Amino acid sequence: MSGDHHDAFGQGPALRVKALEALLTEKGLVNPQALDAIVDTYENRVGPRNGARVVARAWVDPEFRKRLLENATAAIGELGYGGPEGGHLVAVENTARVHNLIVCTLCSCYPWPVLGLPPVWYKSFAYRSRAVSEPRAVLREFGLELAGDVAIVVWDSSAEIRYIVIPERPPGTDAMSEDELVQLVTRDAMVGVAKVNPVARPR
Amino acid sequence: MNGVHDMGGMHGFGAVAREANEPVFHADWEKRMFALVSSLLGRGLANIDEFRHAIERIPPARYLASSYYERWLEAVETLLVEKAVLTRDQLAQASGRACGDVAPATSPRADVASPGDSPSKPRARFRAGDRVRARNLNRIGHTRLPRYVRGSRGVIIRDWGVFVFPDTNAHRLGAKPQHVYSVAFAAREVWGKNAHPRDKVLIDLWEDYLEAERDSRMSATRPARRSR
Repeated sequence: MSGDHHDAFGQGPALRVKALEALLTEKGLVNPQALDAIVDTYENRVGPRNGARVVARAWVDPEFRKRLLENATAAIGELGYGGPEGGHLVAVENTARVHNLIVCTLCSCYPWPVLGLPPVWYKSFAYRSRAVSEPRAVLREFGLELAGDVAIVVWDSSAEIRYIVIPERPPGTDAMSEDELVQLVTRDAMVGVAKVNPVARPR
Repeated sequence: MNGVHDMGGMHGFGAVAREANEPVFHADWEKRMFALVSSLLGRGLANIDEFRHAIERIPPARYLASSYYERWLEAVETLLVEKAVLTRDQLAQASGRACGDVAPATSPRADVASPGDSPSKPRARFRAGDRVRARNLNRIGHTRLPRYVRGSRGVIIRDWGVFVFPDTNAHRLGAKPQHVYSVAFAAREVWGKNAHPRDKVLIDLWEDYLEAERDSRMSATRPARRSR
């Protein structure tokens, strides 16, 4: 793994960050209350629930789906979502024949306004190195085995365009409302490492 | 730069490890680090390309041994020192470190010419369907042309419009705005015969990273083909 929880410097990052914040606050370059607000936004207000709303809306509203595929930034803006890392959003749709997968091999670019901040696995060296070169093996590790006649399209987010996958709507969901569909859509499905699971029929 | 950050296609990192019920942040200092960087970039301390390049300039062994937010910390310390906002002494004193332990501020270098003022709406050299090749560029400075695609042939899928050029912008050498294209590369073109025949990699590439396929070395041995 990428050594995500240890300190490579022999000096706790917590102390260094605290010192940095104090110095920058003293110089008037940052405001601790403004930092609190940024943290609150990404801990509590922005996350994959936003993307799930986008997907559910696309499933139930063909006109919205059309606008989403044509100009995702504008269509997603209709739902009130936007902001940093969301200036150029693109929605890519999975079908029975095409499966989309999102990665950023050079850093960890991710569509924050719709998915929030990325999980550690998305930022891991294993995912960044392998998603482009052996996507089928990576998907298998996530429990997703794709048939040989399905084409995988891997989107390497190397510029400022940020991608969200519109997964296939699972069977057995025809009677569900948009709000119920939102509950089904996972972050992993919107990155492309999973499908949205079919719903067991009520007995 | 051909740094360790350019990971596409590397081997040896093992399986993708996932964490159940992962929190957004794993420690309070990560929250503050994230907010500090958001705030400083928002104020224009550095542009996003300078910040990315500061991460890339972390020496490879340390890059690999650091977590995501540790890399942000080192990058932002580097930029603050380089831009003379803070000194290494101040950073060292405030966190109880020896000055030598503070991230070395390697001088940024670039081997791209300063473009001067470019037209803000440059014309697109390519359009959807054009066959192109990713150029074999090995920039010393910042670039967003991944190593794994250099020299490969692809097809323009879409023109995303005009964007600031990272290779110059990261070094404050100008915006050099130009078209960015979604370019499709067959997995087999990039990775060889063992790749799945249907799979593709789509990469967003600035116009300066691309050449028309008929201009390329390969086409010297074969008649140039155009899609139309």
